[in-house]
Order: sequence, then structure tokens, then C-alpha cells
Amino acid sequence: MAGCKPQAVPVAAGKKIKVSIDPITRIEGHLKVEVEIKDGVVVDARIHGGMYRGFEQILIGRDPRDATQITQRICGVCPTAHATASALALDDAFKIKLTKNGRIARNLILGANFLQSHILHFYHLAALDYVNGPDVAPFVPRYAKNDVRVPKDINDVAVGQYLEALEIRKILHEMVALLGGKMPHVQGIVVGGTTEIPTREALNAYAERFKKVKKFIMEKYVPIVYLLAGPYGDLLKTGGGYQNCVAWGVFPMDDAGNTLLKRGVFTDGKDYPVDTALIKEYVKYSYFEDSTTGLNPTQGRTLPNPYKKEAYSFIKAPRYNEKPHQAGPLARMWVTNPELSKIGQEKLGVKRMRDIGDAAFSILGRHVARAEETAMVANAVEQWLAEAVPGKETYVPAPIPDSGEGLGLTEAPRGALLHYIDIKDKKIANYQITSATIWNANPMDDMGQRGPMEQALIGVPVPDPANPVNVGRLIRSFDP
Amino acid sequence: MKENEMLLNGQQKKTGVSRRTFLKTVTGTAAGIGISQMFNPALILALEKALETHPVLWVQGQGCSGCSVSLLNNVDPSIADILLKVISLQYHPTVMAAEGETALENLYRVAEKYKGKFSLVVEGAIPMAANGKYCNFGELNHKEITMVDIVKDLGAKAGSVLAVGTCAAYGGIPAASGSQTGATGVMNFFQTYGIKTPVVNIPGCPSHPDWIVGSIVHLLTKGLPELDNDGRPTIFFGENIHDNCPHVKEYDAGVMSEKLSDAKGCRMDLGCKGPDTYADCYKRKWNSGMNWCVDNAVCIGCVEPGFPDASSPFYEPA
Repeated sequence: MAGCKPQAVPVAAGKKIKVSIDPITRIEGHLKVEVEIKDGVVVDARIHGGMYRGFEQILIGRDPRDATQITQRICGVCPTAHATASALALDDAFKIKLTKNGRIARNLILGANFLQSHILHFYHLAALDYVNGPDVAPFVPRYAKNDVRVPKDINDVAVGQYLEALEIRKILHEMVALLGGKMPHVQGIVVGGTTEIPTREALNAYAERFKKVKKFIMEKYVPIVYLLAGPYGDLLKTGGGYQNCVAWGVFPMDDAGNTLLKRGVFTDGKDYPVDTALIKEYVKYSYFEDSTTGLNPTQGRTLPNPYKKEAYSFIKAPRYNEKPHQAGPLARMWVTNPELSKIGQEKLGVKRMRDIGDAAFSILGRHVARAEETAMVANAVEQWLAEAVPGKETYVPAPIPDSGEGLGLTEAPRGALLHYIDIKDKKIANYQITSATIWNANPMDDMGQRGPMEQALIGVPVPDPANPVNVGRLIRSFDP
Repeated sequence: MKENEMLLNGQQKKTGVSRRTFLKTVTGTAAGIGISQMFNPALILALEKALETHPVLWVQGQGCSGCSVSLLNNVDPSIADILLKVISLQYHPTVMAAEGETALENLYRVAEKYKGKFSLVVEGAIPMAANGKYCNFGELNHKEITMVDIVKDLGAKAGSVLAVGTCAAYGGIPAASGSQTGATGVMNFFQTYGIKTPVVNIPGCPSHPDWIVGSIVHLLTKGLPELDNDGRPTIFFGENIHDNCPHVKEYDAGVMSEKLSDAKGCRMDLGCKGPDTYADCYKRKWNSGMNWCVDNAVCIGCVEPGFPDASSPFYEPA
């Protein structure tokens, strides 16, 4: 599909037109979307992942411990998640059991950045799809008809919160840095635990900052997401896509590995335990050699071929049990099915996440899930703060094994994250990463199934193709 | 509406700081970052003028947005004031409202209108292999534009270029051993295409927000800062980390850390690359002065042209 300039209205009934948005902005990375619109709704969609760096190739031959530093540079919004996945893979390969304080310190580092990422996503990436910023760059230009439906007083509140959220997310990075060294890209998460034993002063400084953050989450972020459900209620009815979810689980709550957000898979209406052997990555429409298609990450290879004719994306197409699955806060909350916040229960008139039903699988449903998850993680941070012991060891040293394999499963704020390492002669022989955006923003697979974000676009209303606002709203609801 | 009232009551009143008052604050801040000699009433006028005449266009190549996120951590002036009052940020993929052609048309319009004047900020490396196909930038008039195209075009038209982060400055991780994309930094790219626009490297993985804001303010008001042999402002990258490290006294006394969680001791035996690294992290620290890499673990030399290969393995002595 060649990309076309958005067409001027009106569009004749029954006629298909193509619209291309490139770049999709207010995301991390480079994405382009092409949609075909007929009678005001999307009937076909392609998501192009437009950038390749080659982390998996660059890691080969290096000291295994360097992976925890290098892989963080995949994403400046969620480096702590890559650090965690990498450290878990190395813990597995080095056969290390963390100290209790090490486990809790990792949760405090990752947890603060989870909150940071969700707040940044809602206010600074997604909100401009629903409210108007000030009339200066970079908030203008914007679509001529951008379908902003909130009254001026609410718009002003939202802009005020946008600015306040900049401060809140900065405070959250200060909290990450107290235990992680600096942010973005922490030094503190390593194989064997964390590098800085928390002092009483550091924990107090963390707790002091957290109070302000929690207040913002509970009194502003969560309420305003539900407020949007008023004027934008129709966005709870569109953009669902496949109702399949993968969630690897995150935030170990005990030494047995039980996690706050549960590990599980939801396919075609049924729950299953996770079996990573069922993951395969397809590349028929990706810029990678066809000989590498259909491999499990533990056998995975990354051989780019930017000239491949059929391909349209640098993203591989992972499938679980041969089917596309969504990842992210919605997938996690669906799998975990916790009680909703008080305000959520009031607004929605239901008790638990799954009681929301099909409406959860929608543009606004993803924002609701993300906000609810933020409240849930914020409550857990309080528990970890109470459990952390000042001065107690967080690190277990161990030599690099001559050989060994390791699998690290965790969750980035934007969804399921897997790191796999194969060590030979004390060096990295293979390293594979299947990240959240790979699950969501992937292209069609060898069997002809669209990627989850592509599928979710089908049926999304675009009444005015010159201002395809809902396309961007759908894409950003996944937080790619 | 009850909800509206609740939200409005919770809303902090925006303080009505005038532009002039704010700019006075900037002078204080900038003084704090070690470039005090450049700040005087003339600077305030210069900044006000620059806002109108020197827009900033921020483009991203093979990066992780980590330098953009780091910029958001700026303390004083706050990022909100920077966006609304200090710089006219006409293009930034992560924060701007526009997308698709609306965004690209504005980018080219501003670049033409302020030709020779605007500052181009490059974040991320530029992949030169495969005709630039490893990094798509956008689409205009049915034509795909790559990162190579955009840096070639806007780089030549800009008044100055800031290469923010080690990727944009020297290639960084995308250019590390094993890379197949021909990733490179701005200066090298300009040399290849004979582009003469002056470049300031502000490396770091990520770059520190003070380094970014301080360099932009210097450029807008005083012109190019003094640069070292690697194209970095000497005001930020002129000092050796190890020589100035709070742990150097322990090093002199032979007190060495033995494991990563030791609070005491010099970290050189654990692989700290402070001795080969030039930056002022030791005094500036990170995230509002909360911490820094060496107190937490080790320095991995992220501001150096050879990063990451020259400092890898990170946890073995050099």
C-alpha cells in the first residue's frame, strides 16, 4: 500500500481511501501507520516499525554482565524494565538466588519507573489526543479538526495537570535514582540483585517524595481518566482487536516468586498458564531473513534484510500458540483481575477488572486499565517501603559461568518483556529480546494474521479522513 | 458537574511569572552550572530575542528517547518553563501535538523560514547503510524520508547543530561492534557529505539535562561554547572523573571496593572507567542531585567517543 496524503472530505459512500500517518508522534521510537477507510471506518491497516539498531547482534561476544547496561538503551522510557529482564535472565544463567532486600530494592526501582512511565504516557503522550495544549509550539500545529470534546474549564484543568505531571514524573525519577544511581539508564540493577544497599536516609527520601506522587495519582490521574469517559464514551466501544492477552508477571511479592501482577495467558476466552515454548516469532512481512521465521526466542536469530520485497516492518511478529496476543496494562489487569479502585468501582458500577467485559478491550479501556494499574502499583510501593531493611545486603556476587542459558520474564510498563541469554566460554553466544511493542505493533505473520494493533484498528471510526484523530488515539492507547 | 468541581478544586493555581522574571531566574540557574561569566542583562535580552528568531528543531534517529526523557528531568528552569518560555521547540517527535504530514510540513516550513538561524538538535545515531533504510523519518508527498535525508537537508540549513547524547555525537551503542546499520554520529556524517554547519557534541548515555539546557542557552545567547578535541563543551566535559571523585582519597590510601554493594572504597577494581572519562557528574550528580553512577556502582564511560566498546567489559578493570 503506497501511502497517501489525507484526503479532503467529503468521501463518496462505498469508496475506499488510503491514509498514511508517518511519523506517528508522541510514542517511543519510529512508527508509521497506513489505513484503508471505507464508509467512515477502518477496513485495513498496516503498522510499519521504521527503525532497526541491532541490539541482539551487538551483544554477541560481550561479557554477559554488560547486557544489563546495554539492553537498557533499547528504551529511554522503560530502561529499568530491560535492566530487570536482563538481570533475571542472568540470575537464571548464573544460578543466583536474590536476597530478600535485593528483591525489594529491585521492586522499588522498577516500581517508581512504572509509575513514571504511566503518568508520562497518559499526560505527555496521549492527553493531546483529548485536550488542547497551549497555543504555542510544540502544542501547535495540530489537526485542524481534532475532535476535542471537553469544555474549556476541563481543558484548563487537564493542561494544568499536564504541567504538574511533568514535575511528578521528575520526582519519580529522583526516587529511581536514590536506589538505582541515575535515570534514565540505571547502574543499580545488576545480576545478583542491586548495587546500593538502601540506607534509612535514602528510604526516607524515597518515601517523602512518594507521598506527593500517590496524592497526584489518586486525586488527579485516576479521576481524570474516568472523567474523559464522559465526553469520549464512544471510545469504550471501539479498538478492541484480538481479546488475547499475554502477561509474564511482575513485582515478586515473596521469595517463591508470586507476583503482584500475575503471570498468565488469555486466549480465545480461556485462561492458561504460561509456557514460553509456545512463543514463536514470524518474519514473513518483517525485514529479516525468511530462514529465521517461526523460531522460539531460545533458538532465535536476528538477520536483517532491509531490501526484502514483501516486508514492511523491522518488527518481528511473535505469536503465542500461533495466535496474536496483546500485551500491556490491559493484558496484565485482565489476567490478574484485581478489584478496581474505589472511584473505578463507582464510575463503572462493577467490582473487578473482568466485570468491565468487552468495554475493557477498547481505546479508552486501555487507559482505564493503565490508570487502575498505576493505583495498584502505588499501593504496593508502600508495602515494599515497609519491607525494605536499611543496611541489609541487596547483592549476591557470583562468577560468570563457563556456559549456561537464562530466561528473564518480566513486564515493562508497556507490556510483556522477555530476555534470553545463551552463554558460551563466558561470553554471550546468543541474546534475544521480545519486548512489549514487538507483541503489539507487529506486522502480519506467515499465516496471514494481522498484528494486534493492526487488528484493533479495524472498525475504528474515521469520519473525517483529513483529520484521522482516532487512528492516533488507538495507537497511543497501546503506549508503543 | 461534581467531578469538574473536584478537579478544579484540586488544581494548583498557575503562578503568573512574567517572562522577564523567569529569565532572571534563568541567569541564576545558569550561573549555578558554571557559566556565570556569560550572564548579564544583555543575556536576558539575547534570550528574549532568540525565542522569536531561533527556533529549535529536535529530530530523532537511532536512539531510545532517553536524552529527551533526561531533558524532562531539568530542575531549574523547569521543563514546563523551558517548553513555554525559553525555547521555541517547533519539532520534537515525543512531545509535539502534530503527527504525520502536519508535523513534517511544519518542520520544513520552519527550516526554510529560519534558514541559517534555527538550531537542529539530533538525538540518536544516523544509519548510513542500505540507503538509510534502517531509520525511516516520515513521509511527505508520498515520498519516504530517511534519517539520512533529514540530517543532510536540515543539517545544511541549520545555524548550528547540537548532537545530543553519545549516539548522535559519536554513534554510541547503535555503532558498537556487531552493528550492521552503518550507524554514525553527526560530525562524522557531516564530514562525509561536506556539510560545514558547526556542531556541538553533548554526549552522555543519556546526556545530563544541565548539559543540554546549558549548551542551548549558550548557543542562543553567546554563540558556540569552547569545545574540546571531541567537540564537547569544556565547561561540562573538561574534568576527569577519577581525579575529582569523592573516592579518590580512598584510592590514594589503597582502600578499594571489593563488591558492587560496598559503599566505601574506590571502584577501579570493579571496572570503574572514571580514570578514562571526562565529565562533571562527580559534582553535578543526577536527578536533582540525588545520586550518581560511581556512588551507586561504577562509571561506564558513557560520555566518551569510544563508548561502549572502549569501556566494555564494564565490570572488569581497564
